[in-house]
Amino acid sequence: MFLADVVGNVVSPIQCDFLNGRVLLLVQPVTPRDTPAGNARIAIDTVGAGEGDRVLVIDEGNSGRQILGASDEPVKTLIVGVVDHIELHGEHTYNHCAGA
Amino acid sequence: MHLGRVIGRLVASHRYEGLSGVPLQLIQPLDADGEEAGSALVACTVVSSGPGDTVHFIDGREAAMACPETFVPVDATILGIVEEATNDSRVVAGLHRRDR
Repeated sequence: MFLADVVGNVVSPIQCDFLNGRVLLLVQPVTPRDTPAGNARIAIDTVGAGEGDRVLVIDEGNSGRQILGASDEPVKTLIVGVVDHIELHGEHTYNHCAGA
Repeated sequence: MHLGRVIGRLVASHRYEGLSGVPLQLIQPLDADGEEAGSALVACTVVSSGPGDTVHFIDGREAAMACPETFVPVDATILGIVEEATNDSRVVAGLHRRDR
């Protein structure tokens, strides 16, 4: 699992049937100290996350299929949590309520 | 899953039997700003994508699960055509990006 910021939405009217009706969000992986970590990904939202949220993302197929109850679908990247706050080496580096 | 743009098509008439009839396309991965990120790769497609389209694709084992035959040697598959991807409310990719 990794931390990421939801930066936007992805609208895809033509896609494989399994993804129809699912919310796709553009997420930018970040370190606990707010710096970008690697390339952006598209994730399926399972928790009602939205733009501006810091989220927990899994990028592993078996876990993803288990969560969605889809044993043979092409699922890999899922948002599985919205982060409330992060404490790193005793220091608070993120607080959802404060917005940063 | 990742954001990408279809930059070409390719034909390999002699290929693994489970892949016959599956279109192969060249895609350029994109970052969170819709700019090119990393090197181009070859992907199968399960939608009617073509050169110039912004797409989302899946990599790894799950790429094969999206194909008609699911036990095939594939590591990237285009799952959908992106109409619009936003980052901080700006349109960064898709049909509605104004500078393309």
